[in-house]
Formats: sequence, C-alpha cells, structure tokens
Amino acid sequence: MSEILLEIDGKEVKAKAGMTILDAAKSVGISIPTLCHHEALEPFGSCRLCSVEVDVRGRTSLVAACVYPVANNILVKTRSAKIDRIRKIILELYLAHAPDSFVLQDLAKEYGADKDRFEKEASFCIHCGLCVRYCNEVKQKNAVGFVDRGGRKEICFIPEIAAKECWDCKECFPLCPTEALQAAYVLSQALFTAPPE
Amino acid sequence: MPQINSSEALEKFRQELLTKNDADTPCISICAGAGCIASGAGEVITAFKAEIEKQGLQAGVNTKETGCPGFCERGPVVVIYPEEICYLQVKPEDVAEIVTKTIKEKKVVERLVYCDSLTAEKAPLESDIPFYKNQKRNLLGSNIKIDPKSIEDYLVLDGYSALSKVLTQMSAESVVEEIKLSNLRGRGGGGFPAGRKWEGTRNAPEPVKYVIVNADEGDPGAFMDRALLEGNPHSILEGLIIGAYAIGSHEGFIYVRQEYPLAVENINLAIIQAQEYGFLGKNILGSGFDFKVSVHQGAGAFVCGESTALMTAIEGRVGEPRPKYIRSNIKGLWDKPSVLNNVETWANVPLIINKGAEWFTQFGTEGSSGTKIFALVGKINNTGLVEVPMGITLRDIIYKIGGGIPDGKKFKAVQTGGPSGGCIPESLLDLAVDFDELSKAGSMMGSGGMIVMDEDTCMVDVARYFMEFLADESCGKCVPCREGTRQMLKILTNITEGRGKEGDIELLEELSEVAKEAALCALGKSAPNSFLSTLRYFRDEYEAHIKDKRCPALSCKELINFYIDPEKCQACGACLKKCPADAIIGGKKLIHIVDQDKCTKCGTCFEVCPTKFSAVTKLSGEPVPAPVPEAERTVVKKDKK
Repeated sequence: MSEILLEIDGKEVKAKAGMTILDAAKSVGISIPTLCHHEALEPFGSCRLCSVEVDVRGRTSLVAACVYPVANNILVKTRSAKIDRIRKIILELYLAHAPDSFVLQDLAKEYGADKDRFEKEASFCIHCGLCVRYCNEVKQKNAVGFVDRGGRKEICFIPEIAAKECWDCKECFPLCPTEALQAAYVLSQALFTAPPE
Repeated sequence: MPQINSSEALEKFRQELLTKNDADTPCISICAGAGCIASGAGEVITAFKAEIEKQGLQAGVNTKETGCPGFCERGPVVVIYPEEICYLQVKPEDVAEIVTKTIKEKKVVERLVYCDSLTAEKAPLESDIPFYKNQKRNLLGSNIKIDPKSIEDYLVLDGYSALSKVLTQMSAESVVEEIKLSNLRGRGGGGFPAGRKWEGTRNAPEPVKYVIVNADEGDPGAFMDRALLEGNPHSILEGLIIGAYAIGSHEGFIYVRQEYPLAVENINLAIIQAQEYGFLGKNILGSGFDFKVSVHQGAGAFVCGESTALMTAIEGRVGEPRPKYIRSNIKGLWDKPSVLNNVETWANVPLIINKGAEWFTQFGTEGSSGTKIFALVGKINNTGLVEVPMGITLRDIIYKIGGGIPDGKKFKAVQTGGPSGGCIPESLLDLAVDFDELSKAGSMMGSGGMIVMDEDTCMVDVARYFMEFLADESCGKCVPCREGTRQMLKILTNITEGRGKEGDIELLEELSEVAKEAALCALGKSAPNSFLSTLRYFRDEYEAHIKDKRCPALSCKELINFYIDPEKCQACGACLKKCPADAIIGGKKLIHIVDQDKCTKCGTCFEVCPTKFSAVTKLSGEPVPAPVPEAERTVVKKDKK
C-alpha cells in the first residue's frame, strides 16, 4: 500500500509514501543539484535548482524535486535540454551575487553557466535560508531571520538573541553555500549594535 | 433584537420589516463608497441631512448612505427612490434644489441627470443611463439600495434567505452539487471551478476544515472586491456560511487588506450583526449547524493574495507562498482542507442557491458562466465598476459601457488581469471576454482589472511599469521571481531609457521561460506576462526603442525631445512663462526655442501651447532641427502676411 512505483530517468524506483522525488532519486543514486536543501530541515523549495520534469498521465510539467511528493506511475526526468537551460540561468542569476562561491562555480562548470552574464551585485547571500531555517528548526533559537522582501531581502541576526546564543554555536556558518564569512560579518554587525546587558 | 432561531421566524421578521419599510416613502440613496467619498459625498450627505431637517421632512423621507453602484466617474452619485431618479456629480449646493423639486414637487432637476455627450439626450432614470443599461448587475445592483451598516436593509432584499434554504431544505451534498452545476469559476484570477474545489474539501477525510474569503485585492487599478465588501458585506458572509455548511466547516476567515479600512469596518460590523441575529454562532437558525468567522487584516504584501501565502499569513508566519503540489483544498490552512475563494465568488453563492444553477448559467458562455465585475480604468470616458455577462466583447465594454476614449484619442490596448495579465491590442477588440479566451490571447481574466490605454501609451513602458511593481512585490523566496524580475526590470528600464541593445529581447525571453516554468507560485510564473504579451502584439515598439532609439508613442522621456516649430510659434509666451526649467529662449514677437541642454522634458510647454498654434511638438528618433538664427526670429503674424 505504502510502496510507490515510479520511474526516474528510465529507471524503475520503489519509494515510500511521503517521500519526495529528491529522496527517491537519492535512494537509487541519481543526483539532483540543490542549494537550499538540507537533510535535517523541512524542504523549502526556494532555489529551484532541483527542478525536474514530471510526466503525470501524459502531462509534463516542471516541478521542484525537493518538495514534490512521489506518486505511482509518474515519469521523472532529471536532465533535459530544458532543465539544463533553466538551471544554467538560475546559476547565472546567483553568480551575479556570489561569483566566488565554490559550490556555485562547480555547478556553473557542469551547466555551462557564465558568471559574468548579469551585472555583478555582490551581496554574497543567495537567500537559500539554510542558516535561518537551521536556527529555527534545529536549534529553535530564531537568532537569525530574513528582513524585508524581494530584492531587498537580507539575513539579519537579532541582536538580543544573538548576543546570548551565537558565539558558542555558529553551527549555521558551515551551511552557507556562498561565503561563511558573510554570516560572521552579519553576526558581528548585530552584536556590535546589541544593547548593553 | 431576539435571535432568529428558525426559518419561519426569519420570514416573519422579514415581513415585519417590509411592512415597516414602506416602498413608497421617498428615499435618498447617496453613494458612500470610496470613489464618491473622494469626490465629496461626505459633504453631500451632511447637506442632505441638514436640508431635510430644515424643511421639516424627517418623518416622511429616508436618507441612506449606500455602497458603490459603479459610476465613479460621475460621483457623487445620488438616487431618489421610489422613482429611481439618478443624479450625478452632486454638490452640497445642489441639495436644497433636489429636496424642494424632486422630493416635494416630484420634478426632475434636469441639469443633474445624465446627458449623452453626443446626442444630448437626457436619461433621468438609473436604468436608462447607457453606462448601466448595457450591464447585467446581478451583484452590484443591490449596492445602491443597501446601507452596508444595516443588516435589516439586506434582509429586506431577501438577505439570508439562501442560508435559510440550505439549512432547512438542502443537504450539504446537494449544495455542492448546485454550485458544480452552476459552473461558478473562481473570480480571483485562477478561474478554478468552485464546486470541484468544494467537493474535494468535503470529501477529504480530515474532520477539521476551513473556509476563507480572499479580500486581498492588490492589482493596481482594481477595486471590485472593495466595492462588494464595503457595499454589501452580508452577501459575502452569507455565501461563506453556505460554503462552510456545504463542505462541513465550522470556522472561517476573511482576509482583508488593511488598505481597505472601510471594508474592514463594514465586514466586522456585519459579523457582529449576523451573530446578534443568529446567522453566525451555535445552532444557526435552529439547524444544529455551528459556524464562526473572524477577520484577518493583511499587512500590505501583494503576494498574500496568492492562496498559500495568504494561509501562511493567517497562521501567523511571514506571508510567503508554499508549494501547491497537494492542493490547499486538501492540505491548506494549518495543513487542514481549506476552501479559499475570492470575495466576488462568495457573493455569487447566495444568488445561485436562491435562483438556481440554471438561472446562473443563462448568463455568460459555456465555459464561463455568470457575470464578472471589472474595474474599468485608464484612458476611458466612464471610469468605474462594470458588471457584465461573460462573453461580452471588449469593444462593447469599452465603447458601449465605457463611452470610448477621451479627447478623441485612438485606442491602443487594454490591459486585463493585473500585473499577471497582459495587453490586448485593437485587432482583438471583438474578443469575447471569458476565462479561456483571455488566456488564449496571452492575457488572463485575473480578478477583473481592465486598464484602457490610448495611442500615447508606450507599450514597452507598460511592461516596465508592471515589472517594477512585481519586482517590488516579489516575496523573494524563489530565485526565478526574485532575481528574474530584478534582471527583467533592469533590461526593460534600459530599453525605455535608450540603452537597449541587440539581444535584450532574447535575454528577456530566456528569463521569462525560467520564471514561467520554475517559479514557486502563480505570481512568479505569471510575472513575465506583461512583457510577453506586449512583445507578442507590439514587437515593433521594442525594436524601435532598441534599434532606432525611438519611442513610437512619444512617451519615454529619455527618447524624446520637445521642439517648437518656428513656422507655427506665434510668440505668445505661454511656454516661456510656464517652463519650470527656464529652458525656453524667446521674447516679445520672437520665435521661442527650447534649450535642449536645459530641458527636463516635463512636457509643460507641450501642454500649455494653445491648440490654435500647436507649435510645440515631440520628436523621437530624429535629430532636433537647429534653431532659427537669432536675426530671423521675429514672428510674422499670419493675418498680416
């Protein structure tokens, strides 16, 4: 009942209900690129790099593998000209913000992304939300959050909480796919403005 | 007021109200909707009250502050009952005459009634005015008859009789069935069949279910839902309670944007009244059905009109969309099955229940039944809200109801569907307006915004404007929308400012594909629509901007120059005096010249140059002719030639 049969890249895959396409692909060694995904965290679906093609009863659409639940008889394609084209542009958009990120550079090589395609707007942060969600879901401290929206959105440490919690933790730093130093910078900025005890 | 606890008690109470409210008693209905209030309805209302008191007519005349009937262009609107005489653009100084002539002497004040600008024919009755005559106002028609702050006004017009009907005569399944038969599709933008949505939720095994009203109307220029919520809040509430009964929900939410304070006030009051009268709470009308509802105010984010973002916001978290691979009607608010419909969708429900699905499907087309309210704005003579049967042509809406384009200008395009929609050109004016036809034309129904544009509108700039709106309103969660709209806005801005280059269109197309295919929510997926539809129908304008650095509509500031034709200038000095940048060189009897280095392109000279001279012109994509040598600048008067 709970076993689900689907096809990924021509391979028949057995999955359990509640798994995502990403989980199912991983279970048979098919790798799908991700930036905002983390095993310990709830799927977020923001980086869209894990976009794959899903054929449900003859209708194909592009979905985010990290959040799309497996279902019987769906056909999944993890690479196609279209998927590669979309991943390439997504990477190029990211590289405008974090051209020196090793993670991004490696992916850029694979998808032929040009890091100079869009005008540079170095902000380092690519809004994957790993630090924010890790602090919320795993540490349950909410010391770091997002402020503002859209293009003006930034990560920000809450001085009052950060002053107490962050110095001895810093577990979010290594999660950052672009530049851990950025988190350190934002953190110290918050700590300097923290009100005296 | 004792609680009404049965269907019979409701009908008895309604009869009492009808007896008390003699239909022959003169009633002065004054629109107190947002548009009329902005054009001075508040003062008119005060003046009417004072005048009636002054003339000692309090006992025999009622006054009513009502919801918006739609003719905002000619507000403040006043309708005198029982004759239904409609006065437009009423000012406080007209009030004494109206009371004396119309109320006392039963005569019409001719100068205040509608007068056709072409035929000079007058239309004293509301139903004779072309703007109204060509509409089918199933929903909006009640607004002018109801004081939105009075539940009794709603009851007089058969209010809550549909609720009474479902609770006493219909099973929940048959209510869902009736809505399915009516083929009512979501009025908020998606056009998803409401009955199917309800059925999914009804059949979901989870026992706790929610119903939600989406009143987060955020499209620029749209105010349909506002008018309904402000003008007839009980109709939405009644629809919601019926929906809750049909799907088996006992709690509902009304999500209203905080920019609509009057709507928030009126719906909150309506909830309190409905509780007092027994239409909300425990054991409604003695049926054993319980339902409660609360209002949630939005905090000013456009994206919260998206259903999942709206639900996330009600849950108390940042209003960002979440993946919808499992539909909200199965897993919605707090992961419970939730039916979310737009204000207008809910308002249609009592009508369908009362009059039947068959009555409803007689309006509209096969795929899109019923009427739809549009906010008709932009370059149009009769700005306002119009309610029309689906399938009506754009031409009929714009010319028969809207009265055409002002100042004899040529129609260029109509933008429908808000920022997610697109622009439809003149060649498609005979398009039948319904969900499917608009989508086929590259636009969408959306929630019903309709912005008319004339020949002076630059279509590239329109695309840039909507992209700017979307880039600003993007929640920033997913990259195709956050970064995609940012880059598209940059490119579109470059094009309108004369920095467009070869390859820009193709790059915009690539970014559009990424947004369309890979964005997380419907707003991101539809973000490129304004660009794609203008490219589809007005590609030549894009090319003119990029290749010739020319704006064919003579609208993009960076691409135009103001120039005074020396043959036409009569040295009247109008532009010289008004130019805020001191950019006009001239003098008495001397041909005026625009100093291009100083000119800020504000357009003042163009506006003030008398029509009989029309000497100031706009140039684009061509060099400005050298000024006439100083020695030859003396004006030769035409009549002295």
